[in-house]
Amino acid sequence: MGFSMLEEILAKNGVVTAFLFVGIVVWCSYRLSGTLTKGRLHGSAIAITLGLVLAFIGGKITGGSNGIADFTLLGGVAILGGAMFRDFAIVATAFGADMETIKKAGVLGGVSVILGVVISFVVGAIVAVAFGFTDAVSITTIGAGAATYIVGPVTGTALGASSDVIALSVAAGLVKSVLVMVGTPLVAPLIGLNNPRSAMVYGGLMGTTSGVAGGLAATDPKLVPYGAMTATFYTGAGCLLAPSVLFIIVRAITG
Amino acid sequence: MVVYGVALLSLCLLLGTYLGNVLGYLMGIDANVGGVGIAMLLLIILSNLSSKKFAMKPMTESGIHFWSAMYIPIVVAMAAKQNVVAALSSGWLAVIAGVAAVLVSFALVPVITRIGSSSSNATSAKES
Repeated sequence: MGFSMLEEILAKNGVVTAFLFVGIVVWCSYRLSGTLTKGRLHGSAIAITLGLVLAFIGGKITGGSNGIADFTLLGGVAILGGAMFRDFAIVATAFGADMETIKKAGVLGGVSVILGVVISFVVGAIVAVAFGFTDAVSITTIGAGAATYIVGPVTGTALGASSDVIALSVAAGLVKSVLVMVGTPLVAPLIGLNNPRSAMVYGGLMGTTSGVAGGLAATDPKLVPYGAMTATFYTGAGCLLAPSVLFIIVRAITG
Repeated sequence: MVVYGVALLSLCLLLGTYLGNVLGYLMGIDANVGGVGIAMLLLIILSNLSSKKFAMKPMTESGIHFWSAMYIPIVVAMAAKQNVVAALSSGWLAVIAGVAAVLVSFALVPVITRIGSSSSNATSAKES
């Protein structure tokens, strides 16, 4: 009786349970960061990776699509980690960001958003062709998925792509977002990601809000507002470009 | 009051999301175009304004700082609810497309940052 009562309380207070869950994950990660890597791998990078590993385990056990949040007890994690709280916290990070830097790098940020969409699209389209796709709709949808997992299905639906191609485009976008989260702190020193200016370019090129959000948090939390600001324009730009200009170009090439 | 800061933050996000949707509507796409980015700009502008006209009380600021500090824990929760299984199990095409897009984009970060800084150096040299 004691256990089922506890279970009920945890499930009923979903978001509160999620706070406890995330607190434990973060605590363990900072301990691991100190003892195993002597602080070389930042605690938040470990915490995000651990979150992804738990999501994998949760998905394997429950067969659901919300990672660890498909366990009834941890349902609140889906709310805490959902778009509403994420956006709320991202906006809060902008408090104290330097207006002058943003003004100076604004144009550069805009250029990198458009370039980022086009480049990811081209790479995704080339991979689709390499895997034997020949129709413009499928190639465009998969290319759009390589931009973000929102641009993929939006484009695919607009163009009438088949559902398995849309699923592939979502998967490509998910792989991108996961890799950006895990990879950013590792490549940051190599690509000069250590100032607001390069963070704005980085956010514009990567574009996956969740990937950029996680990747920058694990690299240097001070850079989060700059990268996140440009990244939030990426999905919009992608939804605009992929089903229109980019599709027309692909159709012209494939004939 | 702490809640003033939190309310200000809410106002920025709601207004930004609304403007983002309007922008999407005007562009003819059913999507939020840069709503969060607009919200961030609003908050930055508001906080810069207030430093001149009406100083924000430290308690008000702490309402915003709290959510800023909750950012990493929220991102951890976000990571824990991702569909990682689907990302990894839907075949090589998705994995290769995703990985290739990320690698190429990473490689371009220093290139574009440099192009931008050299051109802005040039303009500032002209000005001086």
